[in-house]
Amino acid sequence: MRSPHRRDTLPDPPSAATYEHFAHQFESVDHQKEVSLLGMWVFLTTEVLFFGGMFLAYSIYRHAYPSAFAAASHEMIVWAGTLNTVVLITSSLTMALAVHAAAAGQRRALLVCLTITIVLGCVFLGVKAYEYRTEYLEHHLPGYAFEFEAPYAPQAQIFFSLYFMMTGLHAVHMIIGIGIMAVMFWLSWRGTITLEYSSPIEISGLYWHFVDIVWIVLFPLLYLVGRHVH
Amino acid sequence: MWSGTPLFPEAASTMATRVDALYFFLLGVAAFFSLLIAGLIVYYALKFHRQTPRAIGAQLHGNLLVEGLWTVIPLLITIVIFLWGADLYYAMSRPPDDSLDIYVVAKQWMWKFQHLDGQREINELHVPAGRDVRLIATSEDVIHDWFVPAFRIKSDVLPGRYVNIWFRATKPGQYHLFCAEYCGTKHSGMIGQVVVMEPHDYQNWLSGGETGRTLASAGERLFLDLACNTCHRPDAQNRGPLLNGLIGRTVRLQSGQSIVADEAYIRESILNPSAKITAGYQPIMPTFQGLVTEEQLLQLIEYVKSLPTGDGASAGPKP
Amino acid sequence: MTSHPPARHYINNGYGIKSWLLTRDHKRIALLYLTGVTFFFFIGGAFAVLIRLELATPAGDLVTDETYNKLFTMHGVMMVFFFLIPAIPAVLGNFLIPIMIGARDLAFPKLNLASWYIYMLGGLFTLYALVSGGVDTGWTFYTPFSTVSSTTNVIPTALGIFITGFSSILTGLNFIVTIHRMRAPGLTWSRLPLFLWSMYGTSLINVLGTPVLAVTLLLVAVERVFHFGFFDPALGGDPVLFQHLFWFYSHPAVYVMVLPAMGVVSELVAAGCRKPVFGYPFVAIASLSIAILGFLVWGHHMFVAGQSVYAGLIFSILSYLVAIPSAIKVFNWTATMYRGAVSWETPMLYAYGFIGLFTIGGLTGLFLAAVGLDVHVTDTYFIIAHFHYIMVGGTIMAYLGGLHFWWPKISGRLYNEWLARLSAGIIFAGFNLTFFPQFVLGYLGMPRRYHAYPPEFQVLNVLSSAGASILGFGYLIPMAYLMWSLRYGQTASANPWGAVGLEWSTTSPPPTENFAETPTVTWKPYDYEHAISAPEGHVA
Repeated sequence: MRSPHRRDTLPDPPSAATYEHFAHQFESVDHQKEVSLLGMWVFLTTEVLFFGGMFLAYSIYRHAYPSAFAAASHEMIVWAGTLNTVVLITSSLTMALAVHAAAAGQRRALLVCLTITIVLGCVFLGVKAYEYRTEYLEHHLPGYAFEFEAPYAPQAQIFFSLYFMMTGLHAVHMIIGIGIMAVMFWLSWRGTITLEYSSPIEISGLYWHFVDIVWIVLFPLLYLVGRHVH
Repeated sequence: MWSGTPLFPEAASTMATRVDALYFFLLGVAAFFSLLIAGLIVYYALKFHRQTPRAIGAQLHGNLLVEGLWTVIPLLITIVIFLWGADLYYAMSRPPDDSLDIYVVAKQWMWKFQHLDGQREINELHVPAGRDVRLIATSEDVIHDWFVPAFRIKSDVLPGRYVNIWFRATKPGQYHLFCAEYCGTKHSGMIGQVVVMEPHDYQNWLSGGETGRTLASAGERLFLDLACNTCHRPDAQNRGPLLNGLIGRTVRLQSGQSIVADEAYIRESILNPSAKITAGYQPIMPTFQGLVTEEQLLQLIEYVKSLPTGDGASAGPKP
Repeated sequence: MTSHPPARHYINNGYGIKSWLLTRDHKRIALLYLTGVTFFFFIGGAFAVLIRLELATPAGDLVTDETYNKLFTMHGVMMVFFFLIPAIPAVLGNFLIPIMIGARDLAFPKLNLASWYIYMLGGLFTLYALVSGGVDTGWTFYTPFSTVSSTTNVIPTALGIFITGFSSILTGLNFIVTIHRMRAPGLTWSRLPLFLWSMYGTSLINVLGTPVLAVTLLLVAVERVFHFGFFDPALGGDPVLFQHLFWFYSHPAVYVMVLPAMGVVSELVAAGCRKPVFGYPFVAIASLSIAILGFLVWGHHMFVAGQSVYAGLIFSILSYLVAIPSAIKVFNWTATMYRGAVSWETPMLYAYGFIGLFTIGGLTGLFLAAVGLDVHVTDTYFIIAHFHYIMVGGTIMAYLGGLHFWWPKISGRLYNEWLARLSAGIIFAGFNLTFFPQFVLGYLGMPRRYHAYPPEFQVLNVLSSAGASILGFGYLIPMAYLMWSLRYGQTASANPWGAVGLEWSTTSPPPTENFAETPTVTWKPYDYEHAISAPEGHVA
């Protein structure tokens, strides 16, 4: 028999006579898939509330200190943020392609798309690390070493606090997402993902898209304040 | 055992009797419904006590009329309570215009009071009876709360902000003052008293105290020391707006907004000038954060309030 | 009357510590939670004992003020986050939800086990914070005291609560998905027992509210370490913003504490009167209304905090609106007793106690929602009395009632009924003696979180402390006889109460898969008229 590691297509689903791949509390594979998807949607709702608290704090302070926030936002590295936005949107594309590949039983395409997704995620984190380092060197990290031009200093510190908190939490979610994708890669490689059992890819895809959407909202709020003027 | 154990606080302000009236109404409502429910439970438990091990109850499912009644009637009662409470709250939040102002600075773990004429008190506040008193309060560190049970009023006292608390005391006497927002180790030691005096006794007490500078004259001194007058001056070299008659005036800001100037606005403009720039002026005023204490801020505010308004007024300090 | 338990059930299906610590059976996980919540309850209770001992005299003479501040903080943290919020959902909810819907387990059993580990990890973190110095900010962590001024273990405590929060979130997620998608054939929403309606509402709150607490605690920790400046006015921040974020979760959290209790009470009253709960659709919708409206009233904790007058008025009227569904439930439970076959057994005694005490506690809520009156009583012992009436007189009594009611199902044993009734009475009496005087103290003006107080408040404080010792003693008795019954109690039949419900149609204790065959439900809830398993008679 050919080694499963050389296959281009996903292994055949087990026949009806053999043990079906679903847990004992469910009635069928479809039931398990449907329930798992609902579980991920509920989880993503909690994540909306989690980030929502910080978006609320951001809105309140931006409304209170509009000029300070605009001044601070001008110091952001726009090319890095834009690059990261493009990278993430592309990674969502490759993720969607991975889900499609899994549903169509195309093992090779699935593995390739997962790999690109992971790589793009790492690129994102790398750019972010560069940004953080630059901001640290420019004394924009809030705390005792914080420096900013005179009238706006205290409120700019709040802007940067929100920036580091929000992008930091987002980065943590990205790291977790990359971890999940690595696990998906491994499951696809060893043949656990079959035509019948491809829901883990779809469910992880939901998580990945969510993390992408959070960034798409963060980007204009942090990088583009007041940039439309003149 | 019971002597010396009050079960109800004294009522020593105009608000107190109004709050107590609402309280008694609520006590009546609560007593009625508690006794009704408790009574019914006991009565039903006795009357319908299970007689045989296999007995079941009457299979009643519901009654729309009854549901409607016990939804609508409580709703109406709660609306009445809401309106009454709202009325009280609204009155509490509007200090009368001719109030006697006293400044309060809270810090861990004491209350500092500043009368306008310069009298300072710690943990004890003398006020006249029958006169509206407005406290303008802030904290130097964490959130505290100024609470006098006999007056039935309290308010959190916040760092970085002024809050207004007003009352009109009715009965001379000494009343507990408590800090009612947990503020650290000696929170339960941050107590004192409010001493309400007959008006003439209060006048005697005021004039009998140390004759220091009034708040306004101390503020005038500071205004010079900190060189505020180099920009806030009436002649052609001014770079900041004139401060005469500022309190209560509507100020147009650079952002297009308009605000009514009050004590909090003056305080913010000294500590964080870039937050609200007056329209037509440059944002060049330096911040005095860290250079003035809360009490010095009160003095500056009172000085600004004391500046003469109207025509021919001199805006700067007298030589 | 003796019964034989089934040969194989979930307790003896696999022995050894590994089979328990790595279990995926929701019933075993419920027992794991039972151990945890009981442990934390007694720790929180120990702090309460010390607090009441100190308060028996006006002077602060038992412990230093620093220690006292840590005592009330840790009492609040332990009780709120590690007992009241998890107890009924994680113990009774975990055990009963799959059985009541005719499923073999929850939707995500491994996640359920993970939730328990997360809960215990958070609890241990917090215990570490406690033994290594304690925390003194109050369970409410108000800024800037908690971020700038306190010198105690704020961050470990905040982290412990943060971690445990995920246990609530994941459990809520599990329950929502389970109730939506794992119901037995024929079990429509309108046939669900009311306990499940309450658990659904509770889970909605857990899932939507807890994340906000999580991010708020994170902001506090970050501010404390890095001085970021969200809540510190010296850095341009707003301390009141913390309160908005904190109470946005913590108000719905109190409904997490009371909704499950209400669900238990619905079950107890139906079984105790052998008839359907009066106004079933109204009680069901009331659970959802409380969950939703509960998210709109957080500002009533901040009437004197410096928010605008108009905000205060809006929160006031909404707070009255959220009281109405609770009132509807109380009236419906009382109406259920009318022409019922009313039992006086222990679980029902606890249910009746709940209804009475929750009514008093809830009515005092009307005092607090009246803004003009709240100004006087907020931050005093009136508030303390109010929430203890609901959480102790309400939730804990319902929890004990549920524990007693389902004890035969969970353990396969019967407890001593007379001892149980006696302790219910002791608890009821001790509770009222502890907390009723506190209403009087509060209106008199005694502030909360006070280590020492003016001497004229002493008599009322002594009454309260006396009540607390009775109450504490009362709680120890059920511990004793319930544990005793595990070994020496009479074995229970499948349905010792003659109650109607899917859980009573399986054995005591149930087998691991809950049912031999998935049931098909064709009957209304509490259908005593056409009861599938006719009442077998109870054991008095």
